[in-house]
Parts: sequence; C-alpha cells; structure tokens
Amino acid sequence: MLLITCPHCGPRAEIEYRCGGEAHVERPGPHDQVSDQAWADYLFYRANPKGGHRERWLHVAGCGQWFNVARDTITHEIAAVYPMGETLAEGSAA
Amino acid sequence: MSGRRSEGGAIDRSKPISFRWAGKSYQGYAGDTLASALIANGVSIIGRSFKYHRPRGLIAAGLEEPNGIVQLEAGAVTVPNVKATQIELYEGLSATPVNAKPSVEFDLLAVNSLFKRFIPAAFYYKTFFWPSWRLFEPSIRKAAGLGDAPAERDPDHYEHRFAHVDTLIVGSGAAGLAAAEAAAALPGNERVMLVEADFEYGGGLLSAAEPVEGLAPLAWRDAALARLRAAPNMLLLNRTMASGFYDHGLVALYERVSDHLPPEQRSGPRQRLWKVRCKKVILATGAFERPIAFSGNDLPGVMLASAAQTYARRYGALAGTRAVLCTNNDGAYDAAFALHDLGCTVAAIVDSRAAPGAGADAARQRGIEILAGFVPLAAKGRRAVRGLEVAALGGGVRRRIACDTILTSDGWNPAVHLHSQAGGSLAYNEGLQAFLPKGAPQDAISVGAAAGILDSDTAIDAARAAMRGEPVEAPVQAAVGPTRRFADGDTRAQTAWLDFQNDVTVADVQLASRENFRSVEHLKRYTTLGMASDQGKTSNVAGIHVLSGLLKTPAPAIGTTKFRPPFDPVTIGAFAGRAVGEDLAPLARTPSHAAQVALGAKMENYGGWLRPAYFPQAGESEQQTIAREVHAVRRSAGLFDASTLGKIEVKGPDAAEFLQRIYVGGVRTLKVGQCRYGLMLSEHGIVYDDGVFARIGEDHFLVGTTSGHAAAITETLHEWLQCEWPHLRVLVENVTTGWAVMNIAGPKAREIFAAVGTDIDLSADAFAHMQYRAGTVGGVPARVQRVSFTGELSYEIAVPWGYGAALWDALMEAGQPHRITPFGVESLMAMRIEKGFLHVGSDTDGTTYPQDLGFGPAIAKKKDDFVGRRSTMRPDGLREDRRQLVGLEVTDGGPPIEVGAHVLPADATEARGTQGWVTSSVYSPTLERPIAMALVERGRDRMGETVRIWDLGQWRAARIADPRFFDPAGERTHG
Repeated sequence: MLLITCPHCGPRAEIEYRCGGEAHVERPGPHDQVSDQAWADYLFYRANPKGGHRERWLHVAGCGQWFNVARDTITHEIAAVYPMGETLAEGSAA
Repeated sequence: MSGRRSEGGAIDRSKPISFRWAGKSYQGYAGDTLASALIANGVSIIGRSFKYHRPRGLIAAGLEEPNGIVQLEAGAVTVPNVKATQIELYEGLSATPVNAKPSVEFDLLAVNSLFKRFIPAAFYYKTFFWPSWRLFEPSIRKAAGLGDAPAERDPDHYEHRFAHVDTLIVGSGAAGLAAAEAAAALPGNERVMLVEADFEYGGGLLSAAEPVEGLAPLAWRDAALARLRAAPNMLLLNRTMASGFYDHGLVALYERVSDHLPPEQRSGPRQRLWKVRCKKVILATGAFERPIAFSGNDLPGVMLASAAQTYARRYGALAGTRAVLCTNNDGAYDAAFALHDLGCTVAAIVDSRAAPGAGADAARQRGIEILAGFVPLAAKGRRAVRGLEVAALGGGVRRRIACDTILTSDGWNPAVHLHSQAGGSLAYNEGLQAFLPKGAPQDAISVGAAAGILDSDTAIDAARAAMRGEPVEAPVQAAVGPTRRFADGDTRAQTAWLDFQNDVTVADVQLASRENFRSVEHLKRYTTLGMASDQGKTSNVAGIHVLSGLLKTPAPAIGTTKFRPPFDPVTIGAFAGRAVGEDLAPLARTPSHAAQVALGAKMENYGGWLRPAYFPQAGESEQQTIAREVHAVRRSAGLFDASTLGKIEVKGPDAAEFLQRIYVGGVRTLKVGQCRYGLMLSEHGIVYDDGVFARIGEDHFLVGTTSGHAAAITETLHEWLQCEWPHLRVLVENVTTGWAVMNIAGPKAREIFAAVGTDIDLSADAFAHMQYRAGTVGGVPARVQRVSFTGELSYEIAVPWGYGAALWDALMEAGQPHRITPFGVESLMAMRIEKGFLHVGSDTDGTTYPQDLGFGPAIAKKKDDFVGRRSTMRPDGLREDRRQLVGLEVTDGGPPIEVGAHVLPADATEARGTQGWVTSSVYSPTLERPIAMALVERGRDRMGETVRIWDLGQWRAARIADPRFFDPAGERTHG
C-alpha cells in the first residue's frame, strides 16, 4: 500500500485516496469536430508504461482535492507531487 | 508410538496441562506446543494425507509443518487447519485430526493409497472431464477435505492497529536480537519494534547448544532481552508474525492476542492485525530445512533433523528410541547429538559427502557410526518407521539399518519470503544449493540465516554491521553434499514425497517434465506442488532441484515461484477487524425512522438507506398494502419521507455555465425559482443519474440526485471542476443530510401543507408545478419544490435535518381529516410506473444512451458540448436498431411479467434472438391490470405491435405501448 503525500494534508496511506489514472490527458473538442479516433484515444487509450508515470490522485477520504503524482510503476517510488494544471519539467523526476 | 519425555527443555514441569487429542486425554506442560506434547505422549500418526490418506506424522517443529494440521476446539470457536506446531498448549485444549474418518488409526479412504500409481498429477482433470467435472467435484472435494469451517457465527472480535516505526525487526533469533539492540542504540531511532511469531523469543537459540559469544545460548538471549526491555524506544511483541511486506515500507503483522488461553479465559480481541509503516526493516526470519526425498519418506517417524533437535532440546520430547540421521551438511549433526545426549540411540549418520566435515569427529567420540558417501533409499515400515535402506551414492553397496526415527537434512533455504515481497531479487548460492536474498529492497535488510549465515556468532557480527550501514554478505561456508537424483522411470519416485500436504511426489514432477511443463509456475499449477496452506515451505526448492535435474537446467535459471502474502495463513477475522455485521456498512436512517417503525413499516435496505417498502396493516398482503397506499395518494393524500434524495448545492458566478456542461438539457435559460428535469451522462455517453435541479438564485442551484448517488455525483462534479475546468468559479457541496425532505402527494396535498402553516403562497398560480420557493413551514426555514414522481399534486418540503421528525408528525396530524396515508418505496414505484417515469438503474443499464430514452430531440436542440455528448455520437450510438424504452401492456390476462423477461417478435417459436427485456413491471392498482416497461429494439417505431415474452420457459403475450399509462397529459400533476 502506497504512502502518498497529499499537498494539503501530508503523508497518508493509499486507502485514503482514489487513483484517477493517467494525468494530462487532453479532452478534445468541440464535440462536433472530433473524429471517432481522436475521441477513442481520449476515452480508452493510455500509455500504461513500465517505469515513470504521471497520474492523477484524489484525496477522497481527506481534503477532497485532486493533484498529480509522478510514480514509477515498477518500484512505486514517488518522485514528485504537483498541483492540477501544472506539468512537470522533463527530466525533473520519474 | 515410541515418542517419550526426556530430561531438559524449556517447559515448566511444575505446571502440568491436561488436553484432549482425537477424543483421548493426555498431559503436557506449560511451554509445550500441541505438537511437542503429542510427540512426548508417543502419538506418531497425526493425520491422513490430503489425496491418498496415507498415515502421516509431524516432520517439522515450526510453521513450515505440512502434515500436522488440526481442527482446534469445536462449536463456534472452532478453527480449522491450524498447525499443531503453532498451538500453544493450554488447560483443557481439545483438537482433532482433519482428514481422517473415522480415525487416523483406521481411515476408510486409505484405499486411495493402494491405487497411488493411478492418481498422478492432474489425474482428476484428465479423468473426470466427462460428462462434467462438476459431477465428480463434490465427492472428490470431500475425500480431499481439510478441516471444517465453523457453522456458527464467530463469537470473537478482532481489531486493527496502525503504527509508524523507524526500524522493525522481524524475528528474535541471534541475528534479530543483535540487530534490535543495535537499532535501539542508534541515534534518532525513536521507535523500534521487534516481533516474534513464536511465544518464546530466541528462534534457533531455543534449540542450540553451541555457546553464543561465549555464553550458553539461552543466557545470551536472556541478557539481550533484558537490555531490549530496558530500552525506552523498544516495543517487543511475541505471538506476532509479519505476514506481508507491501509498498513504501508497509509491513502487516498478525498478532495472536488470546489464542493461547482457554476459550473461557479469553477477553479483549482474539487477534490483531497491525499495519506498520517502517523506515527500515531487518528481516531475521531464519531458514527452513529441506527434507530429503526417498521412498517412504512420509512414514510417521521421518522428520527434519532440526525439528527433532527442537523437540528434544526445547521441549524435552524425544520422537523415538533409535534414530538415523541422513544429511548432506555439518549443521545437522547437532540434531543427532541432541538426541544422543538425551538418551536416544543414534544408529548411524548417513552423510552423502565422501569426506564429512568437522562434525564427524564429535560423532565418533559419541560412538556414532558414520556412513560417508551414503544416501537413504527407502524407509521401511507400514504405519511407522521400522528401518532404513541406504546405499552408496554411486550405487553398489546397500545396507539396512533398524530404527524408529529418521532425521533428514538436505541443507537450508533462507526464508526470503518477505524480502521477495518487498521487491527484492534472489541469487542462487551453489554452495548452499539455495536462493539467497540479494540487495535491500525498500531498505529491508536480511540478516542471519535469512541471509544464508548459519553460524550464530557470524550472524550476530553481520547484523550489527548491517545496522552500521555495511552490506550483509554470506561468508564462504562449507558446501552441502550431493543429493540423490531419481532416474526417470525409477519406481521409488512414486513414493518419494516432495510436498507432503498436497501429496506431490518426485514422480509427479517427472510426469510434468515429460509433458513439457518447463516453467516452475506451470509445474506448480499442474502438480499442485507448493499450493497447500504451507505454500511449499519444505517442498518448493526441493521440487526446483528435481526439475533442474530433469531439464538439465541450472536451478537459478529455473527460478522460484512468486512469493505472495501472507507468509503463513491469517484468519479472515483478522483481516475484517471490526468491519463485520452491521459495522461493515452501517445503514443510514431517515429523520422519520422512529415514526415509520411505530407505524409498522416494513423496512428494507435501499442503497444503504433503511427505508419503508410499505406500511402493512393487519391481515394485508403486500399487494393489498401497496394498492391501499396508491389509492390513498391518488384519491386524497399520502406522505413519503424523501430525505434520502441527493441534494447538492452548486454556487458561484459560473454555476450555470458549469451545469450547462454537465446536464444533457439546457441550464442557462432556467429562471430563478424554476425547476427542471436533468439527465447526467458519464463521459462514455451512458445514462448515469437523473433528478430535478432548481435555480434558487442567479448563481445558485440545488441539484437533485437519486437516493444513494449523492456522494458519487458530488465527487464527479468536483473531478470535472478541479481537473478539467479549474477556471470556472463554482463551489460544490453535498448537503443531502443537511435537509430532511417530506413529500406530501395527492389531491389534498395543498390543503394539508397549508394547515401546517407556511408563509409561502401555495395557490396554483403563485406556485406552479416545477417551481421552487423558499420560506418557512411550521415556523422553520424551508425549501419547497413542487415536483412529482407519483403523478399527483406534490410538494417536496425540505427543512433542516433536525426538524424532519417534527415535520413528519405535523403533516400526519394536519392530514388526519383527509385520512393521510404514509406510503413506502414500493408504492411509489408502482405509481411512477403507472406514469411511465424513468428509474435510472432499473430502466437503464451500462449500455443505455440518452437517445434510447427519447432524449434525442433535446440533444439535437442543444448547441453546447456536455459530458458524454461526443460518446453518444459514436457508431454504436447511431445504430438504428438500438433498444428503446417503451411500455408493455399485458394481453394474455395473466399476472405481471417478471422483470428481466425477454421480448421476442410475435411469430417467435423458440427462445432465441432476443429483442430486449422487461425493465420494470407492476400490477397497477389504479388501472387494475399489470403493466410494464421494457427496452426493446426500435421500440418507439413499433407502438401497438404484439410481442411474445419469454421468461424461464414460460411464454407470455404483450403489446408495445406508450409508457404513460395513467394521466398521460399530466392534468393531475398540474392541479
């Protein structure tokens, strides 16, 4: 079980969180100009990498806030926690 | 029956304990386990094997024991499949064998044993596949039964505890104690914890004789323990096993708090599951001895050398009177000495090495004969060992030695389980013929025998060095000697056991190899090697060695199966903790709960809420009750506690813009004081929830959701706001349990509402259907929506939760002149089906798009994007044969059609090619006939068409119809 440091509440056990999957997935639009393929990419296709991964987490049993996590999917090492709407500079972590 | 009590041991001979085994009374001492007490009492057969029902005895003294699994106690507190080696003896203890009927001495199913060569690996799967495995499974399972699960509710309780420590030490042998002392002395180590699965601290020290740092083993242990107990930052826990190593330093501990006490003396929790977050973990988990495979190695009387040593030195219990030791290493000689020194004859030491090590001299001094370069071939005897046939390793010379006990040691396997669970890899050590931990994953360092360091003093030095930050490496140690390999076709392989608990032999591994199961994971599943409750602690590596020989592949290239938690079985009760019964998912209650119960409501669980299904009166059937309640609402007035409906406040300058993007329909144009029906989709375009929302201020909305869905919808709204549209200035708050809601419905609703007293103008012109008003009701602040799920004139009156019960009472009293009738969920459902109102989750499923429910035109009219919109336009959403929600009129004069029944064309003659199914169905009290709703292919184009309905072999007849069965123009609602 992971130990994740919520940017608002501090380190808490994974059971307090919900994982929202890959971060930085762009929602395409407007709806009448999006191809089936582009919409399918957005809805269903994920990188699922072995190694460094950026993902969204929600502190559902805490402050109720979403944030981003850079986690290694093999070692589970968490390299960074950063706010929604921000990106992580390439090479800075995970 | 040659076991007996000798001198010595750490048992307390001043405290005798009476216990019962298989119905007979015996005596042991405080400090005994059930296993040691049975050995001391000469009980040699402890069970029957899983598959062949062969008589079996104890082969180990610790938790790796594969044979000695018993049923402990009876009735509600009974525990199946506990290892006798883990049961601390207490006064009055009672246990029975698990797999022997009528008794271990005479087992009816032992006939399986005669057909042994006909029941090889995968025999059941190959033989019982026709006509169906299910036909044979029950009787096979019974024959292969383990213990019986308790039939009664568990009277004990369990608890969870959480802890954070700087260093956790697992295991209290020499290495563990040394590491703990070093950890406790380390500056900055504020919390150090040492856990020991046994009730006695000491691990291997408990059965050792060699001095440890110049002291007798137990004296060294006592001194170390005293220093640890004096350390203020140290927590010591015995009877506590580390069961799993998870991510980020989380270790699960399984503490058996009161299992060692007689049931009537137990108080507090029976067991405790700890979740400990550790910065550093020292794994001093020891090692398991490997048994040697030879014909008849499962006869009672054959045991691990270290087990016999433990029984002798720790418990003063001798397994026999005349023993032979079979070994390939020096360490096992100590077992022979332990027995010899306590008065057991050691007939010979059979050492596979041509040149035995230093132990040989000590053996000869004791007058023990050494057979160097010899290996065991076959144990002799039927129900107990009578002798051992040995042979020179290269073949040729054979000898038969009379004995009643055979000790075996094929070397040691470090207990790398937790290291591996932590993510660590393994390195094969050729000298020890064993897998050793490599590296320190998650800062978990293996020390002592767990790291392949078998000598105490060396292990202690290495453990201290590890705490100084130096790497732990096993020193070069004497290599173990050769192990006899079985040629393919050697009939002795059929009775040479590897996995005792699952009855897997060397021949089974040979068969798997011949059938090309080359992966060790496949070998495990095919033969069941290592799949029993002991998870192969004594068998896995031995099996890998056999496979390695057959495939001519080195053992490290074959590798091990994956080590998964738990290390040793943990009760379900410990995992559940306090979350059992009503505490697992406490049911929510509405404000009028007490009043409803007093009225005789039949309460049921609706999505986590206790709500009335209906309010039966004496002598009424369910259908009569529902009919009475429906008639009351349609003719006069009914009262319904709707507090469970989800209520979410959405507020802010961008609130309308936000909801415009959430709902299928429009939001921006809604005027203050108006309500609108809203449908929400998931981003996959699937209908997710529905409800009425009201604009209660220019930038303030009240969003209604279905009961039980409020938390999920709130979370979804937050996700969109925080992750997709963070620039929208909107606050979202779930206020469901802040407001009690009483729904008064029926032609007399307005009069009754007015009689309670309100400053809101209730006249039809001032307060129309689908409008919202705020004011006071009965002197209390109230939010009122004129909305209707019954199809009648209807108000949903919301007051602060604490006033809910009072409002219920006030409405009931004010409604007396009109015979106001409380009604339940089932009556409400009957009325909504009469109106053809959608119920999300009943009339929709995980494939239902809004256009299937008739929302196509509404979507076409809206310009803006909304959640799920693009998904409804995928090719699947544009198909013309989609199932659409319609009504069904039953035309065969029969009762209501079952929900889930299939809809087929009128000319269908067989039950195939379904065109949809019934989603809601009821006998309509108002129309006095059964009606239904269904999702049917192209349903809206087929109004008036006759269809056949099929339900579990029965055919019914129905006609597709407009689902608005009652008051289709809604005149009553607007009254």
